[in-house]
Amino acid sequence: MEITGAQAVIKSLEHAGVDVVFGHPGGAILPAYDPIIDSPVRHVLARHEQGAGHMAEGYAHATGRVGVAVATSGPGGTNLVTPLADAMMDSIPMVAITGQVPRAAVGGDAFQEADLTGITLPITKHNEMVTDPDRIPAAIAEAFHIASTGRPGPVLLDFPKDVLNAVLSTFEWPERVHLPGYKPTVRGHGKMVREAASSILASKRPVIYAGGGTIKAGAQAEVAALAERLDLPVVTTLMARGVFPDSHPLALGMPGMHGHWAAVTAMQRSDLLIALGARFDDRVTGRLDAFAPDAEVIHVDVDPAEIGKNRHADVPIVGDAKTVTAQILEALESQLERTAAPDLTPWWETLRTWQAEHPLRNDQQPEGPLKPQTVIDAIGRRKRVGDIVVTGVGQHQMWASQHIAYDEPRSWINSGGLGTMGFCVPAAIGAKVGRPDATVLAVDGDGSFQMTQQELATARLENIPVVFCIINNGALGMVRQWQNLFYDNRFSQIDLTFDCPDFVKLADAFGCEGLRCDAPEDVEATLDKALSVTDRPVIIDFRVDQTENVFPMVPAGASNDDIIESAAEWDARATAPDNPDGELPESMREGDVV
Amino acid sequence: MNTTTLSVLVEDKPGVLTRVAGLFARRGFNIDSLAVGTTEVPGLSRMTIVVDSETQSLEQVTKQLNKLVHVLKIVELDGDGGSVERELALIKVAADGSNRGEIMDVVQVFRASVVDVDSDALTLEATGSADKIEAIIRLLSPYGIRELVRSGRIGLGRGARSVSEGRALRLERSA
Repeated sequence: MEITGAQAVIKSLEHAGVDVVFGHPGGAILPAYDPIIDSPVRHVLARHEQGAGHMAEGYAHATGRVGVAVATSGPGGTNLVTPLADAMMDSIPMVAITGQVPRAAVGGDAFQEADLTGITLPITKHNEMVTDPDRIPAAIAEAFHIASTGRPGPVLLDFPKDVLNAVLSTFEWPERVHLPGYKPTVRGHGKMVREAASSILASKRPVIYAGGGTIKAGAQAEVAALAERLDLPVVTTLMARGVFPDSHPLALGMPGMHGHWAAVTAMQRSDLLIALGARFDDRVTGRLDAFAPDAEVIHVDVDPAEIGKNRHADVPIVGDAKTVTAQILEALESQLERTAAPDLTPWWETLRTWQAEHPLRNDQQPEGPLKPQTVIDAIGRRKRVGDIVVTGVGQHQMWASQHIAYDEPRSWINSGGLGTMGFCVPAAIGAKVGRPDATVLAVDGDGSFQMTQQELATARLENIPVVFCIINNGALGMVRQWQNLFYDNRFSQIDLTFDCPDFVKLADAFGCEGLRCDAPEDVEATLDKALSVTDRPVIIDFRVDQTENVFPMVPAGASNDDIIESAAEWDARATAPDNPDGELPESMREGDVV
Repeated sequence: MNTTTLSVLVEDKPGVLTRVAGLFARRGFNIDSLAVGTTEVPGLSRMTIVVDSETQSLEQVTKQLNKLVHVLKIVELDGDGGSVERELALIKVAADGSNRGEIMDVVQVFRASVVDVDSDALTLEATGSADKIEAIIRLLSPYGIRELVRSGRIGLGRGARSVSEGRALRLERSA
């Protein structure tokens, strides 16, 4: 049977188990849009290719399956650059399918030509321009394999239009892929695993440092088993929120720049960090040479390049977080036959003291103004098992990570590594498509929301009912916070105003439900009303206090020892007697660190 | 300057050179020289990459390199007797009747050869270690070097075994 390249692409997607793609058609990819009509694969029409890319990411985040984005050549492909970079940073399995000008025109500056494999080379796990029509099935099979195994990531396949129009001699879906240069290590080295177990048994102040890799690997049961076996405290990074339940007594919360005080300080004072699928990112470590100075490091990662990249690993273990954690547990059991379990009572006494003395704060006054934390606390109370919180990037993202308890993996979706404003709206749509039974609570900032708000049309017309809670402080809040703290209140280009756009009217224009709330006593009722709407998207304009800053905070470039708990502590330190001229101490200044 | 020679076995796919070179640039590594050519196995190419290993740690770049899907194997060639490393240079040196004889003496000492002759220039071909090439260039400089091209270093491990059998330092597999 004759089959065109375009039909082969769609048929290959079906073979790869794809149920939905997010895309936007255009000239070079047109041939592929014809067989989509007859395919069981659902196509969600985004209003911008960036939207399609983040939808694919949100879908992948929520389901663990590969997200697929489709775009045309030139600007279609370049609009995917941000989602691809985002997926690369956060290890999101994603396949991007792009059109390209015909083979004969490549390199000639044709209409809508851009060198997409060249442009995306540093921001994809792998990419390929498929120039042989007969290679289409193998190329797609390989792309899905590479995207979803080892350390997951984005793969882009670029199809010249004449390859899509060519006729294949045969269509054969490969049962196995042949990639001699690609063999991820899954099982950890036995000797290293035993060493890890000995280190754990010898430690007095251990901390499990669970990163995004534990979610990718589905290691929640193993992480819990390891923690519970010896009562090890667990911190979950921004990319790992939910892999270990926040409601669990052994959970300390999130580490890092805006992490929970006890989590940050536990790592700092630890004598053993058990890093599972984490990469010692600068947002977690603060000033690297002052990070966890007394800690031995066990570093488990499926990507060998992460081990020792930022922090020396005393016990390096290349392997999948789930498999290796199970191996460590097994080694522990056998060593526990002759070695006593460590007594962590003093450590836990310290940790409990820190937790009690340094809780998260919300200075809400009954008469207002409405504090963002009040809104986010209320959202957290509404979140049920199986629901998903998705955020954009900024203050709201940090509050949503701090103030909401995440008890399951894949219940928290955000842009961690790249910090992509505009992520929330499309990612929430993608998450809802992937898990239609989950209530998707999108928590976004007014700045972040405006970067991709056109996708409300997609949500409305494709019947994707997401609840968008805009934490509207009328400003680019995180930038405002830094200008407040580090630039002496010289506010520059952060004023968005509360009224433009009018988000309630905007919701109305898109056929969505629009609600507004600016009083603390109305928050619960507004959320209840929003959650009662299930047939269309809802947008809530929560108007909150613009002056509220995110704390705790470790100023960029400072040591985690210099964590500042609250605005009050900041002010007290800033005006301390040893700063008579108002000069901020070194640890409270903005250096060259981002 | 301490240099390290990496012998990188790659699949001969479009863009593989860009991927490798781009990775070095992206991770802030300077390449001193890079030579690419086909190997005894059809479809495989070998890149010989010389990098300054005094000021930069190679571990991170080799690990990143290993993650490229088309990179099959990376071996660090041991310059201290564990491997043979060669470079080729073509040197066009000004030569007239008065100094041609002296230049030919240099050619003989270095076991170089004359590959082109003109009334006022000689083009020489020299092969050897980087030190040897440096030396011949230094000796020929006084006569006036008109043009010079160097191939970049290539190398193989000594002994009967081949890289594909896993000699020398085997680096960790990609993820």
